[in-house]
Amino acid sequence: MTRLYWALIATAAVAAVVAAWIIYVPGPTAFASGSTVALNDYKDANPTGVPASLASADLVKRGEYLTRAADCEACHTAKGGIPYAGGLAFKLPFGTMYSPNITPDKETGIGNWTDADFLNAIHKGIAPDGSRLYPAFPYPSYTLLTDDDALAIKAYLFSLAPVRRVTPKNSLMFPFNQRWLMAFWSLFYNSNERYQPHTDQSAEWNRGAYLAEALGHCGECHTPRNLMQAVNNKRKFAGAVTAGWRAYNITQDKTSGIGSWDVEMTEKFLAHGHVEGLGTASGPMGEAVDMSLRHMTPEDIKALVVYLKTVPPIPDTSLPVPKTLLASTFPSDHEVNENARGAMIFAGACEACHGWSGKSPVLKYADFVGGRTVNDPTARNVAQAVIWGVTRHSPDGVVTMPGFGKAYSDEEIAAVVNYVTARFGAEKSNITAEEVRKIGKQASQ
Amino acid sequence: MITLQINGQPHDVDVSPDTPLLWALRDALGMTGTKYGCGIAQCGACTVHLDGQAVRSCQLPIGSVGSRAITTIEGVGSTDAGAKIQKAWLDLEVIQCGYCQSGQIMSAAALLAQKASPNDDDIDAAMAGNICRCGTYVRIRAAIKKAAAA
Amino acid sequence: MLANESSKVPGLSRRELLKSGAAGVLLLGFRVPIAHAASDSFAPNAFIRIGDDDVVTLVMPQVEMGQGIYTSVGMILADELDADFEKVVLQHAPPDKAYINPIFGVQATGGSTSVRAFWEPLRKAGASARAMLVEAAAQQWSVELSTCRTSNSVVIHDASGRKVGYGAIAGLAATMTPPKEPKLKSIKDFTLIGKPVKRKDTPDKTDGKTQYGIDAMPAGVKFAAIAQCPIFGGKVGRVDDTKAKAIKGVQQVVAIDDFVAVVADTTWTALKGLDALDVIWDEGPNANVDSAEIWQALRTASQGPAVVAKETGDVKAAFADGAHYDAVYELPFLAHAAMEPLNCTVHYTKDACEVWTGSQVIGRVQADVAKVVGLPIEKVTAHNFYIGGGFGRRLEQEMAVRAARLAMQVDGPVKVTWRREEDMQHDVYRPLYHNAVSASVKNGKIVGWTHRVTGSAIIARWLPPAFKNGIDIDAVDGAVDEPYDFQNIKIEYVRAEPLAVPTGFWRGVGPNNNFFTLETFVDEIAHREKVDPVAFRLKHLDNNPRLKAVVQLAAEKSGWGSSLPARMGRGISAQNAFGSFISTVCEAEVDESGEIRVHRCVAAVDTGIVVNPDTVIAQFQGGLIFGLTAALYGEITIAKGRVQQSNFNDYRMLRINEAPKIEVHLIPSMEHPGGIGETGTTASAPALANALFAATGVRLRRLPIDRDVLAGRKPA
Repeated sequence: MTRLYWALIATAAVAAVVAAWIIYVPGPTAFASGSTVALNDYKDANPTGVPASLASADLVKRGEYLTRAADCEACHTAKGGIPYAGGLAFKLPFGTMYSPNITPDKETGIGNWTDADFLNAIHKGIAPDGSRLYPAFPYPSYTLLTDDDALAIKAYLFSLAPVRRVTPKNSLMFPFNQRWLMAFWSLFYNSNERYQPHTDQSAEWNRGAYLAEALGHCGECHTPRNLMQAVNNKRKFAGAVTAGWRAYNITQDKTSGIGSWDVEMTEKFLAHGHVEGLGTASGPMGEAVDMSLRHMTPEDIKALVVYLKTVPPIPDTSLPVPKTLLASTFPSDHEVNENARGAMIFAGACEACHGWSGKSPVLKYADFVGGRTVNDPTARNVAQAVIWGVTRHSPDGVVTMPGFGKAYSDEEIAAVVNYVTARFGAEKSNITAEEVRKIGKQASQ
Repeated sequence: MITLQINGQPHDVDVSPDTPLLWALRDALGMTGTKYGCGIAQCGACTVHLDGQAVRSCQLPIGSVGSRAITTIEGVGSTDAGAKIQKAWLDLEVIQCGYCQSGQIMSAAALLAQKASPNDDDIDAAMAGNICRCGTYVRIRAAIKKAAAA
Repeated sequence: MLANESSKVPGLSRRELLKSGAAGVLLLGFRVPIAHAASDSFAPNAFIRIGDDDVVTLVMPQVEMGQGIYTSVGMILADELDADFEKVVLQHAPPDKAYINPIFGVQATGGSTSVRAFWEPLRKAGASARAMLVEAAAQQWSVELSTCRTSNSVVIHDASGRKVGYGAIAGLAATMTPPKEPKLKSIKDFTLIGKPVKRKDTPDKTDGKTQYGIDAMPAGVKFAAIAQCPIFGGKVGRVDDTKAKAIKGVQQVVAIDDFVAVVADTTWTALKGLDALDVIWDEGPNANVDSAEIWQALRTASQGPAVVAKETGDVKAAFADGAHYDAVYELPFLAHAAMEPLNCTVHYTKDACEVWTGSQVIGRVQADVAKVVGLPIEKVTAHNFYIGGGFGRRLEQEMAVRAARLAMQVDGPVKVTWRREEDMQHDVYRPLYHNAVSASVKNGKIVGWTHRVTGSAIIARWLPPAFKNGIDIDAVDGAVDEPYDFQNIKIEYVRAEPLAVPTGFWRGVGPNNNFFTLETFVDEIAHREKVDPVAFRLKHLDNNPRLKAVVQLAAEKSGWGSSLPARMGRGISAQNAFGSFISTVCEAEVDESGEIRVHRCVAAVDTGIVVNPDTVIAQFQGGLIFGLTAALYGEITIAKGRVQQSNFNDYRMLRINEAPKIEVHLIPSMEHPGGIGETGTTASAPALANALFAATGVRLRRLPIDRDVLAGRKPA
């Protein structure tokens, strides 16, 4: 009896530890060694706020920089809609959520919010009426923001023209429509703590960490989530699927991550969303570059890279080393026979920009060679780009790939996607029409 | 001011470097043989040669052309492949409205320069990016083969 | 053998047009001197000018948009004139009553009418001019008229060996009285007509020389791009042009009613300027219109009151017994998507206005521009151009009106180019159609037939005098003159204008809808009666020998009845439309996922006397591709009052690597020339749909073809 009792106790204890381990996630910068201190006690250069060049700018100007660094626009703008007026639809397995209007319209936006209201939302995920926000709004990241930075963002948003636009109602299924449940979630997953600098790391690193974790919230897309849908920093930056697109592994793993990119390449990719031989950012990362990263100062980009370079490698064996060889200048008969439909569509709709070799004859942004997208055997992002298209604000102007999802069947899209990965990637994909159908619906609209 | 090498001659254009070659040719230089069809590289009406390769001029910013040689429909007749294609086009009466045919001829000439005797798959690969609303495809295929045999 | 009056032009709608009085101007195309011919020494009529330099200039009443009409018109004129065709010069006709299309009563090119309508007037024009030249020469030589002959622009008197070139005698010829009834050649004497003559317009199209409207470059021209309100019926609300005006090269931003335009140093700059504009549209009453609502309205209308367009026999009795078949067919909105996007160049000054554009209705362009700029019509010069694909889109002139309104605010000439997206979203669309059709079958033959067509009345807007008794002769064209001896027939029409969406003519016009309905339904009945579709059609064609002959020939040439691999099928269509008799067999393959491959089309064509056989074949080939494109991919849909398609990525075109092999077999004929431009388009969809049924057993009653239905993922 006693032995059984102890066995039960032991099992329960193990289960509790396992459960705790599953539920528990480390903080975003926990991977870095050394101790942390409260911001006020940090002696080195302040990692928060705006870069030195903007230090004397007015509040709204500073707020604008921080709003961009926090990339509020990407989520709070409907496709083709007015910036910050909300309405972007997030297609989730359990329903659709819409981002709210955060222009200062008093009725449909946040025009009535006090500073305290704003801080409550940013830091705790609590709306002025006391209801809980869903963590699609990344308050577990924004909670790291200082009050000053958060209120500078508010000042900028309040400087915008108010837009009257009623946010559509979410359509979430039970129990996900029960907002109060998020209070429990927050107990576990929202630290409600401001950023604490690491004393063993450089000031530049701490600035990078603040930019990546508090403002840029990279992990919200690039870090896998646990069962409770919390960002699981045990696998920090190891890659995840967000809004139907694959956010790739951005750990320092040399094969599947970005460990093989040198500092300069990484900086350039962040600032421009394109590096020759590494491909072009598209989908949500393209938006992150266009709306956020390209507006940041070179020092901030550099700080980000200094920080990224210290993120421990986590290998992902499903991702091959990107192929860097150009494909032939003309398709071979063998290739055409293997995937005739894919070859046919590629020849008609794709080749003019992307070229047979994977090196674009017209626009470097259309290069395939070396890019992760075509070297991902799930081909998820190739499919999304084909379905929805890509629009990018490059240093050379707006660059657009049209979407083909309306006029080409899922079968055809699957065929051309598989053709692209087979021709230009290290490993060919076998995406099916059913998968194309499914993932196309996951993209935010 | 940007200098472009077009059909063997230097041409200065005073438009912004992000201007696609198509509009520099048409609007700044008055070389209207190259046509605007879609502006998104889906139709091929704007095809020119860049160092002999068929490219869509609607997607090619003049700032990125550099010293590379541009050949347009106005000049392609002085290339061996271009002249053969033009002749075959007339021999087989390929053309209807003709609007897409500048691009068709440029794509076909680049193909012929690259492959002396293209088969059907080669023609598909090289010509599928060129849309013809009049539906001259059957004759385009035949004319390329005729030009190759000439 | 040859029809002597234009009223024998085949095709009921055309007959109706003539009866309607719209064509009272029938012979006006003859003997109207035109102002521009003043310097020519001999301008006997609107179509011919001969200078003393021996240059024979032929003025083209019909516009060249790919159909080879310049060559065909030139051949007809030159043949009767005995002009040296190698040396004739062709010229676009200006707006002038002289060039009115006898079938429409309007200066218009469309409906596959060019050769049908102008066959007689052109022959007479050529013959008359020739007679005057001969008379002049005879007078000069003091010889009998009958002893002179002509050849290659030379009058010859064989007895004396004297010869005089047309140019040398032109001055004298101009003083002759034109004959009242010039003697026309007999068919055997044709030197050009019926021979595969090389096209006159194509050499300049191989090296970029040809000028389309979009290539007009009047000195000092500025470039504009335009954005019309994306919602039908909406207007410009507010425009913030701060960012646009900051772009180097942007010169002017103009907002007028329902559009905004940016004027700049290049079209590219203008397009960038458009993108940089912040425009708030006043969305108007149609902001919530969508396709579902439009279809619902059409279906509801189809249940409402109809007008009878034709009734023969005793339909009620025919349906009293026998086997009954009923079906509903629906066709979508379609865009024209000609390769040359809409464009128009206008130079407006206080006292004059000059317009450069390619138009199927250049007279209407001139008239409407005059009206909108407030100038007398003679102060407006409209230059026509080669057209980079018309397909009916350039039977409208609203683009010229917009360009003129903009030009009134611009100093100097301005070229307005619609970007592809704008062209596609502000088309006049091929209307959607609903067809309810029933048949009664006895003893293996259809003995009763009813067809109710519901759709837009384009004629009512475009040619009001021809819209009579509530019947749109285009909408029922092909239904009221269906080719089979069904005996008891009732054809009804319900006019139903779609909500918000403007409609217009589209290559193949009314017969596209009516032959798709007729030919797929007949096919379905044949299959359900377990009779071979060719044999079934032939049973009903005893009174229609021309159509019977083409059906038989198409079947023979296509190997009808021979076996095909699994999942491959053969389908046939037959039609008597536009004055031509055509049967087409299509071979197509469908894989398990519903993807289609059209392998081969074989057609037999009887289009009466053929002017240029190679052009007829080319037109049919092209028409087939145009129709297959629409059948496979074409549909314009509406959401929130806007067109959802924008460019070739979402409004798809058939490409060369999808194109079937095409064989066209011409049947020699001495009948009046028929039209050919539209026919391939009309032929393709029913032949394809019937082939897909043969391949899969799935009957398609809607276009475009739904691959989900073919694959069984969705019910038919």
